[in-house]
Amino acid sequence: MNKLKIIRNKVNRELPEYIEGYGEVKAYAGPFATKPEGKKYAPTKGFSKPGDKKLVETIKEAIEKCGLKDGMTISFHHHLRNGDYVLNMVMDEIAKMGIKNINLVASSLTKAHEPILEHIKSGVITGINTSGLRGTIAKEISKNNILGKPVIFRTHGGRARAIESGEIKIDIAFVAAPTCDTLGNMNGHEGKSAFGAMGYPMVDVKFANKVVAITDNLVPFPLKNISIEMTDVDYIVEVEEIGDPEKIATGATRITKNPQELLIAEKASEVLIASGVIKNGFSFQAGSGGSSLAVCRFLKEYMRENEIKGSFASGGATGYLVEFLEEGYFDALFDTQSFDTSVIKSLGKNANHIEMSSSMYANPHNKGCVAHQLDMMILSATEIDTDFNINSLTGSTGMIMGAQGGAPDTAAGAKLTVVVAPTMRKRIPIVTDKVTTVVTPGETVDVLVTERGICVNPRRKDIQEALDNAGIETKTIEKLREEVEKLTGKPEKTQYSDTIVGVVEYRDGTVMDVIKQIKK
Amino acid sequence: MGKATRAPKKSRRTMLFSPANNPKMLAMAHLYGSDCVIFDLEDAIKYAEKDAARDLFAEALKTIDYGDTEIYARLNPLYTEFGEKDVRVLVPAGLRYMRLAMTDTPEQIKELDALLTEVEKEHGIEIGSCKIQASLETPTAVNNAYEIATASDRVVTMSFGAEDFTRTLGAERTKEGKEIFVAKSMVVMAAARAGIDAIDTVWAFLDDIEGFKKEIQDSVNMGFAGKSCVHPSQIKEIHSIFTPSKKEIEKSLIIVKAAEEADIENGGVIQVNGKMIDIPIISKAQKVVNLAKAAGVIK
Repeated sequence: MNKLKIIRNKVNRELPEYIEGYGEVKAYAGPFATKPEGKKYAPTKGFSKPGDKKLVETIKEAIEKCGLKDGMTISFHHHLRNGDYVLNMVMDEIAKMGIKNINLVASSLTKAHEPILEHIKSGVITGINTSGLRGTIAKEISKNNILGKPVIFRTHGGRARAIESGEIKIDIAFVAAPTCDTLGNMNGHEGKSAFGAMGYPMVDVKFANKVVAITDNLVPFPLKNISIEMTDVDYIVEVEEIGDPEKIATGATRITKNPQELLIAEKASEVLIASGVIKNGFSFQAGSGGSSLAVCRFLKEYMRENEIKGSFASGGATGYLVEFLEEGYFDALFDTQSFDTSVIKSLGKNANHIEMSSSMYANPHNKGCVAHQLDMMILSATEIDTDFNINSLTGSTGMIMGAQGGAPDTAAGAKLTVVVAPTMRKRIPIVTDKVTTVVTPGETVDVLVTERGICVNPRRKDIQEALDNAGIETKTIEKLREEVEKLTGKPEKTQYSDTIVGVVEYRDGTVMDVIKQIKK
Repeated sequence: MGKATRAPKKSRRTMLFSPANNPKMLAMAHLYGSDCVIFDLEDAIKYAEKDAARDLFAEALKTIDYGDTEIYARLNPLYTEFGEKDVRVLVPAGLRYMRLAMTDTPEQIKELDALLTEVEKEHGIEIGSCKIQASLETPTAVNNAYEIATASDRVVTMSFGAEDFTRTLGAERTKEGKEIFVAKSMVVMAAARAGIDAIDTVWAFLDDIEGFKKEIQDSVNMGFAGKSCVHPSQIKEIHSIFTPSKKEIEKSLIIVKAAEEADIENGGVIQVNGKMIDIPIISKAQKVVNLAKAAGVIK
């Protein structure tokens, strides 16, 4: 057997030039190094005539009418999060119909999707594309390679790009719709299973050959507030429930009371203030994690005291961002997925709360995306290394247990990217010499804020100078790592086999890293 | 340098309590920014865990760089089987500040003083480098406050504990604190006479922020040097009230500078911006400057 040539990408990860089950590897070469060529992918044309009916009786009938066959690609969104019933319902039906070898394209996979484990083991699902993976499926893939080929991990922007470019060709998009009219116009913020913005399927429906809406709130045509139009929808199935409302959205967003998270958040807000980015017209995004969200609290105090009004906030929208909007701290809120009940309600009633597709949010290969307009981004991390590379996908044990999400997209886009993280979790150091998996490249990360100190990426001399001038103490990330290792010791490295179980794509489709199977 | 322009000592605006048997808190508590942390070996630790907590704390003292934070142990009383061992294990590990709970009499301080001297000698530690905080928590203790404060040069602070005090007094602890006002005043006065810091009791009503702010302001007004606290979220509030305002600092700096230039430490009056300034005012100004320096507001 010929030994494959090994290439090294810009974050110094060694990659084979070809990965079985994935294909040729394009090495990551920098955040904006890849220039797209050619035309976008286009789905097959549709056809309709007066009197056509889209409503079908069952999911099985919809699958049959769409002509699903072995080896095809189907897509789902994860807006129903831990409460999703739809992906499992469809996969169960496909399995019963005896169809095999399905390539699953999910915007992310959550705990709700654990039942598909059986479909992976039985060969119904033989390909997985997702932003994140957790729980038993992740464990079985990391340890036992049950898929038999790598899972392809993409960022939210990267997924939209891959679909638009035709790297992913969706045969059928199944769209869980909290409200849908009889011709397929849908929205996500009305109905008993409302989840808010429909950012992910907005892309899928434009490029899938067939689109099936699955709803538990079928309403007469025409629906007034339309997020996805009938022009892209082939069939509609009415079901009793598309999800468990208790697990779809969290109730009210509460700022953490954890003193460590608050300490980190307060320091992060001091960094933002000292950097001079918080001024009239600024834009902002923060993750929904404890410290990220708590930054909003300190930011709000500062904005109020100094009478500062921002241009827009974006996300992954939390209730806190909606409060910002409603209280006039920002002119607009861009929303690609809504986390809290209050966000879902706001989307339907506030014209300044703008629903956006994941392509508009973060795709680098369209003609402009919101992530590139951000002044600042607050991210969390599972690990960060002395090159400022971030891992948010695997644990230090090598187990897949997280997601890429929009972190690489927003870090590349924002003028200032601040990572908030504790230096250790339990006894595991978070600051390390080499992250287990690179997800967000260090060259797009500017500042790390921890409970034990603040580190500025040496690339950002301007930020370092601003913090020095403000009297904010900083230390090198190497020093911080040493301090932390003194407390935690240096954990033993996980041993891996040569089998690649995951390919981590950067937003432009190049390969940032691979995840190998954990040695038994 | 004269009495009126004494050098600033370390500020003790906040003393954060933390159990000594929690590894995370041993590694974290000092990061919340309190001037002092008290790791509790006494009430917070069950009997069965006393030895384990002591050993853990000793290892933490050897390993963790606590920076500028004054680290205290709340010792078990010396009359228990644990107190002496706490001292014998923790002092060689690096402990230099210890709080003696329920200090009722000067004899208790003298007993600890003697033990510390013995341990210092045994381990080649400079005699007198271990310091004591006497915790006054009963009417007897408050009555003996000055004698306790002056029982040893090691006593650098004296704290007042309201919960045990009201319990032994037979009074109800209230938010208004009328029942402890006299006792608090007596502790502050005794501490002032002895030239040491008085530390106020904890605010136990965590959800009542307004009441908390009022109590902190009262502590400042009464002359306490700092306040004990039980949650990191209380630190910022205490610091903001215990730290002089920018305006106060600026005014005090002018007075101190004028006093230094005039060299009037042995009495007399100077004029600053048309106002007559005498020694008591200069002393107060120096106190403000010292507090600001100790708090890191000015260099």
